[in-house]
Amino acid sequence: MIPAGWFLSLGLLLFVLGIIAFFVKRDLLTQFLSIEVMLGAGNLAFLALARGPAKVEAQVIVFFVMTVAAAEAAVGMAIILLVHRRRRSIKTEDLRTLKG
Amino acid sequence: MFFVLSIICVGSVLGMILSKNQAHGALCIVLAFAALGGLFGLLGAPFAAVVQIIIYAGAIMVLFIFVIWMINLRTGIPPESQRRTIVLAVLIGAVILAQLGFAARGLFGPAPSSVETAAAGPEAVGQLLFTKYLYAFEITSLLILAALVGAIILAKRKDRP
Repeated sequence: MIPAGWFLSLGLLLFVLGIIAFFVKRDLLTQFLSIEVMLGAGNLAFLALARGPAKVEAQVIVFFVMTVAAAEAAVGMAIILLVHRRRRSIKTEDLRTLKG
Repeated sequence: MFFVLSIICVGSVLGMILSKNQAHGALCIVLAFAALGGLFGLLGAPFAAVVQIIIYAGAIMVLFIFVIWMINLRTGIPPESQRRTIVLAVLIGAVILAQLGFAARGLFGPAPSSVETAAAGPEAVGQLLFTKYLYAFEITSLLILAALVGAIILAKRKDRP
């Protein structure tokens, strides 16, 4: 049997890697990818802690999380396309209108 | 099996962080999501595993590759070498790692609780999805419809109605 702590540690590591990737990479696409990595890590921790009959419910909740992630990805991609069309760039360095 | 899959997962996320080209990063993440699907299967959640592979490694990543192709990132964006940002990011990561590890410290105790690997099949998931979570399921379909319409409205060109 695999201890639940290992799965939790892996989820933790993936989540933190996602955060680091979000801050290190400077383009919208990769930052979006790292958000997806963080969502996947959350799902992993969620499933690792499910016990008995809760395992079925955990899969339902994970299904909902994935659906929301897919919807978010569709809208996010459209916004990134729009930004690229307006500014000819998807680097966050170039999007400093709000910085003043 | 767990170690192989987790090494693939972590390694490909690291590859995404280190790669200079956005397309290579996206392909690394396809591998990471496929390995994550395998881990879900290892946890006794075959439905979540299959959905992870079909939706994430399939649909969402195709969407990413498609957008990369449309934006035409042939050479990739050269990264700005800002050492300050990288140090700050690693610092934030370390702080959050410490916080979450502290919150979950009870699970690493002397008597580690093991995960249940008995599979909960898709039949049970479907029954629960269409009885107890029926409203949530229907609202999800509305959400996807809204996202679809929103994405089309946002991404269409103004000059072509």
